[in-house]
Amino acid sequence: MDIRLEGIGHSYDDFEVMRDITLDIPNQQIICIVGPSGCGKSTLLRFIGGLERPQRGQVLQVGDAPKDCLNPLTYIFQDFALLPWRTVKGNISLVLEDHGIRSAAAREIIDDVLARTRLTDFAKALPKQLSGGMKQRVAIARALAVKPAVMLMDEPLSALDSQTRELLMDDLVNLWSRQPFTAVYVTHNLAEAVRLGHKVVVLSRRPGQIREIVEIDKPLSERAFGDADLDAYQKRLWNLMRDEARAADEELLHV
Amino acid sequence: MSDTSKRTVAFRGGGFAPKPQAWIGVMVFVVLILVAEWGTRAGWISALTLPKPSDVLETFRQLYSSGLLFQHLGPSLARLAVGATLGVSIGISVGVLIGLFSYIRSGLVPVIAAIFPIPKIALLPLFVIWFGIGEGSKYALIAFGTFTPTVVATYGAVDNVDRTLIRMGQSFGLSWWSIVRKIILPGALPGILSGLRISLSIAIILLVAAEMLGAQYGIGAYILEAGSLYDLERLFAGVVILSLLGVVVSAVISFIERRMLGWRS
Repeated sequence: MDIRLEGIGHSYDDFEVMRDITLDIPNQQIICIVGPSGCGKSTLLRFIGGLERPQRGQVLQVGDAPKDCLNPLTYIFQDFALLPWRTVKGNISLVLEDHGIRSAAAREIIDDVLARTRLTDFAKALPKQLSGGMKQRVAIARALAVKPAVMLMDEPLSALDSQTRELLMDDLVNLWSRQPFTAVYVTHNLAEAVRLGHKVVVLSRRPGQIREIVEIDKPLSERAFGDADLDAYQKRLWNLMRDEARAADEELLHV
Repeated sequence: MSDTSKRTVAFRGGGFAPKPQAWIGVMVFVVLILVAEWGTRAGWISALTLPKPSDVLETFRQLYSSGLLFQHLGPSLARLAVGATLGVSIGISVGVLIGLFSYIRSGLVPVIAAIFPIPKIALLPLFVIWFGIGEGSKYALIAFGTFTPTVVATYGAVDNVDRTLIRMGQSFGLSWWSIVRKIILPGALPGILSGLRISLSIAIILLVAAEMLGAQYGIGAYILEAGSLYDLERLFAGVVILSLLGVVVSAVISFIERRMLGWRS
């Protein structure tokens, strides 16, 4: 299943935040979206998953989602969005209950996703007992439980410290290598973008438009921390973004 | 560097962090009662100002041994239970509806704001006409008095449920009813319970008010009778019962909070 964005544009009142974004999200690729703050990258992600409606253009789903897929477009949020009153297990079963998956069938799925995210020992823990990195792994496990066709990741590592971020990037690469998934990954961190993205989409500042799409050919599993090739890509991206980022930073907020 | 003088950096980060100190609360009560006892015995507090605490205790003991205590306490607790249950359950339901639906919110919030400041005691004669001089008017008064604070606390609590959790529920395709049941209600529970503390205290106040009008038995009737006879020992015994009732209600809510809100960090 592919996702196609056609001429997406959006304004709040008479304030244009996004203009004419056309983009293909092909199957089994990770597309990273980077851009200066306030360029509407998170809004774009909410359009893709149907949590908000763009004023212009449309989001198209090309082809059908796999049959066993419970929730084709599944988000991973920056602030984890775990229910604090449910255990790790309970948080995952939450998204299965509505599909009528209970008891044994649910346990099988939960055990599987917990094993894949190395959380098996923490099934009964409450979110308040977990570190930020663990919480995000629970959120990833929860997303995997509904077998998504496309993962929509909204700055999933931005609330974590840099060491945890490295560890989780390795986890994501491992997950993808074992079973490739499609993802749209929004971030302001260029290191994450060059590490995880098959393509990096650079948005301009307001109104957000696609400035450039940088393809990174190196296979995900061969990319590593401090990789010279990736550094070159990162520098190129930063050169594209520097002036935009500065201008965006100096802009007055319209609230 | 060795010849320069060394000093420890002065600590200046303390304070502004009150911690619960066990037993201090009990100590304050004990000291207050002992001072009253001493004063009334020594005579610098006259018997007309304050009854002797030991006499109040003796009155209380007689009340207990004569069986009158439960004759008064029983009907009071029943009125409290029925009235507060009615008021709180209707209040929570209406509060949740206000929290969820724009039309209900726009329609009812001004109504609630209009009836909140009415002293419910002033409406007692009206309730007597509507529900009779018997138990009905007492239930109605307590229910009405607990209803408004519960509504306000509940819709405030629903408003404060983390929106990102609701978004999460929607993004996983949860049904509307699942989101309400599994995300909004548990998320609003802390606010609802702290609202309950206020509404149940109000229920106790209104219970006494209701029993002062046309009740043969009940803590309120007992206090009214003692008051009109200027029997300060019995008056105080009644007041102590009310205080204890308040402490018990608060302890029960704390217990529920510990059991159901253990997930809060």
